[in-house]
Amino acid sequence: MKGLKYIIAGILFGIVMSKSEAISWYRIQEMFRFQSFHMYGIIGTAVVLGTLAVFIIKKYNLRDYQGNPIVFHPKEMSIPRYLIGGTIFGLGWALTGACPGPMFVNIGHAYWAILVAVAGALGGTYLYGVLRDKLPH
Amino acid sequence: MLEFISQPWPWYVSGTLIAFTMVLLLFFGKSFGFSANLRTICTACGAGKHVKFFDFNWRSQIWNLLFLVGAILGGVISAQFLNGNAPVELSAATVQDLSALGFSAPDELQPEEIFSLEAIFTLKGFLVLLLGGFMIGFGARYAGGCTSGHAISGLSNLQLPSLIAVVGFFIGGLVTTYLLMPLIF
Repeated sequence: MKGLKYIIAGILFGIVMSKSEAISWYRIQEMFRFQSFHMYGIIGTAVVLGTLAVFIIKKYNLRDYQGNPIVFHPKEMSIPRYLIGGTIFGLGWALTGACPGPMFVNIGHAYWAILVAVAGALGGTYLYGVLRDKLPH
Repeated sequence: MLEFISQPWPWYVSGTLIAFTMVLLLFFGKSFGFSANLRTICTACGAGKHVKFFDFNWRSQIWNLLFLVGAILGGVISAQFLNGNAPVELSAATVQDLSALGFSAPDELQPEEIFSLEAIFTLKGFLVLLLGGFMIGFGARYAGGCTSGHAISGLSNLQLPSLIAVVGFFIGGLVTTYLLMPLIF
């Protein structure tokens, strides 16, 4: 089955986020209060190793499992889009203690209350789609 | 072995495995970005009939929905078999700050003050999660990505837009933590 590898990658991600407590509201509060290195260590390690991996992939023109070149799409430069969008995201992130990935991992933990946040996130995504042409990008 | 991985995982293990997940998806010919799933779900529910932003071939994103299903299963496995609901060993300073807002010290992964069914059947509890989620969904699409797409994939590719987005994540997070939470709780 072609899709199985994505499910397995998702399982790995879910277990890692859960076992490192990155899906915990408490850990996000601790991060925004700068009272522990834990979350910074997680994101920092991922970015340092990720940067190294992207560098190697580009330098040696590595290909994916089907033999196609791995391409990176540079993001279009803008300040308002990323700053305003990012700030709105951050307001919600600190309140619910879960960004989109951890929201779904929490469902696996049977924290059913998070479904309210998922419904909100879908509503927010939809409203963005409606207002998109009216917003500064 | 099972006992060993049932302990909380240190940050360097987690960070390494998150980078590994990102690289794995790159070698699958995809890119790591979780919040795109929210748009895909809107489209799969028919939002493309009314709003142009959702008018795309969502089936090309099924791989990411499968990743989402895997993430839920990962949560199930962790909670059921790997002691994933163990109380968070939160720093004493955070426990103290949160107790001033009416939160008791952690006795599992999430605070019952927000995530218990009693809490969400109050108006305040319901709105905290609904509006919090709403801002996450709106902000993630406006900024073109969330923690995975910008903070991990974007920063790893040295994208300045992603750095600006991450600065935004922190501006918003700090405003909620220091200005809004004392008003809400």
